[in-house]
Amino acid sequence: MANLTELKRKVSLKVGGLLRRLLRELKASVPKAVPQIIAILLAFVVGAITLLLTGYSPLEAYGAMLTGAFGDTFGIGQTFTQATPIIFTALAFLFAYKCGLFNIGAEGQFLIGAFTAALVGISFGGLPFFIHIPLALIAGALGGAAWGFIPAVLKAQRGAHEVITTMMLSYVALYLTSYMVNYPFKAPGMVAQTVLIFPSAELPRILQPTQLSASIFLAVLLAVLTQYTLCRTTIGYEVRAIGLNPSAAESGGISIKKGMIMALTISGAIAGLGGAGEVLGTHRRFIESFSPGYGWDGLAVALVGGLHPVGILLASVLFGALRSGGMTMTRVTHVPYDIGSILQALVILFVAAPMLIRYLLKRGGIKWWNS
Amino acid sequence: MVELVEIINVGLFAATLRMATPIAYGALGGIFSERAGVVNIGLEGMMLTGAFTGVVASQRSGSAWFGVLAAIAVGGLLGLLHGVITVRFAGNQIVSGTGINIFALGFTGYMSSAVWGSRGGSTGDVPGLSAISIPLLKDIPIIGGIIGEHTPLVYLMIIITVVSYIALFKTPFGLRIRAVGERPDAADTAGINVYKTKYLCVIISGMLAGLAGAFLSLGHLNLFAWGMTDGRGFIALAAMIFGKWMPFGALGASVMFGFADALQMRLQGLEELRILPPQIFIAIPYILTVAVLAGVVGRAIPPSNYKPYVKE
Repeated sequence: MANLTELKRKVSLKVGGLLRRLLRELKASVPKAVPQIIAILLAFVVGAITLLLTGYSPLEAYGAMLTGAFGDTFGIGQTFTQATPIIFTALAFLFAYKCGLFNIGAEGQFLIGAFTAALVGISFGGLPFFIHIPLALIAGALGGAAWGFIPAVLKAQRGAHEVITTMMLSYVALYLTSYMVNYPFKAPGMVAQTVLIFPSAELPRILQPTQLSASIFLAVLLAVLTQYTLCRTTIGYEVRAIGLNPSAAESGGISIKKGMIMALTISGAIAGLGGAGEVLGTHRRFIESFSPGYGWDGLAVALVGGLHPVGILLASVLFGALRSGGMTMTRVTHVPYDIGSILQALVILFVAAPMLIRYLLKRGGIKWWNS
Repeated sequence: MVELVEIINVGLFAATLRMATPIAYGALGGIFSERAGVVNIGLEGMMLTGAFTGVVASQRSGSAWFGVLAAIAVGGLLGLLHGVITVRFAGNQIVSGTGINIFALGFTGYMSSAVWGSRGGSTGDVPGLSAISIPLLKDIPIIGGIIGEHTPLVYLMIIITVVSYIALFKTPFGLRIRAVGERPDAADTAGINVYKTKYLCVIISGMLAGLAGAFLSLGHLNLFAWGMTDGRGFIALAAMIFGKWMPFGALGASVMFGFADALQMRLQGLEELRILPPQIFIAIPYILTVAVLAGVVGRAIPPSNYKPYVKE
């Protein structure tokens, strides 16, 4: 009995410690989130001015957006449907960023991953789902990884600037997949798309009638895994060391080239997995240029999320809402859909310069923890 | 294969020069910015916004030249924005540039909807720039056919390339720019206003990108289409790197990319190659860009470390 009480005490101590740590971390992250939140608010203010100047009512537009995104179960489902691929592309951006690399071509890796997953999905009928789904997901990850590997090797071996190469390869991916679904893998009919994948490769829809699929669980799992990999594994340590100080990392015996190739390839794999999730869960086929720009959304979400997986999960909901609510807003108020992209860009621009936010706060006479 | 030989003619090289023009403007813009120590990934967005503004201003005023000026002005404004974020507030240059690119996509789509009722692009006639022919040059065989007749913006591009070279490498002003990019602390000590110089260069960069956009929409196609820059801002950056951050080098690289673009368009239209899908040809310039960047290893040493300069 004494042992049991001892055990209970130990467990409660341990749980209490964990909770305290979590609380402490949350508390510490609040001031860190302040510039992010202000950036979002400022973006919406500038967006409102844009709306006013072009003769729309910001209140009506934002109101319709909010109702569309969160007003009912369907809206919420669509918001999370839109948030899902963004989580993947944001994690992809994050992983490369931690190594000091700007992977702005997640869009291309996403598309290639989506297509390779679709290929597996439309082949191998008769496989049990517990083999077919993982196989298609792996194919997606490998496709994306390959599309990240090319600029990775070119960067490490030849010094080719990854910002330009990943961007260029996005265009190549767009045209390559467009070719694939217009010619060799075109389904009968007018639309440039593949045939439907076999039901055995379908990720289950979890909130009918919305398109929300089990891909979102994969996204959340991947967020946890990314954080774990970055903070608790050798690869993650090396990646972060290179990102923080390449020469110090090299002195410490880390191969910069190997680390960079690893980081950008994994980044591509994450984006590719996101594409696979879209094909297997949302669309059930590859449709020509089906991504409305999830690659860019990912970049914005990673930055607004404070380059942390938890922040990414939170920010992805905001950007998913911009997309799903934006559609409602356009239907109801006729405000052009692109206001969403404008807001997204404004958030990025405000997040780009934390000093700007600090300056504005100071001018406004607002005191803030860190300043 | 007769036709394949036939497309290599005077028209192809004239088209090469046309397609090289927006890339060269962009590359020159990149040079000004990077020589002063600021990476300008936002060239693409500045070009796109310039292309849009040019068409709107041209339609509203009825004058294509007014459209060109408006495009330059808006490009300069976006350059100023990039400067405020990266120079004054030491923000991340790549993030800011990407923000400008996304902003341009959103803004032009939004405004296209507001102006023309469709985010896809312009409707109605757009007063464009007409070609001029250079009297004596035009009569020289072959060469005359290639460079004898173009819109003025093509010739302006060549003039600006020369002027940029002289300004950057033969004047005290250029020396100051390069000093600010290479050693901002030393430049500061020598009494150069680092911030002012950087601002000026980023604004010039934006203006040149705006001009590139105006060429696309007013000197080439006479319309605005959403996303019509199609990565040319990034190709311009590649041309800048391939040209070792030198105006004439960048011009040479731009001509190479222009040739790839002109050639792919002709190949697409070739009867014998109709069996091949257009996507294969459209992808050529992008693949070439990646290949070029991979090929310049060791030769491409940037003129700056691009760190934001924070005064002690």
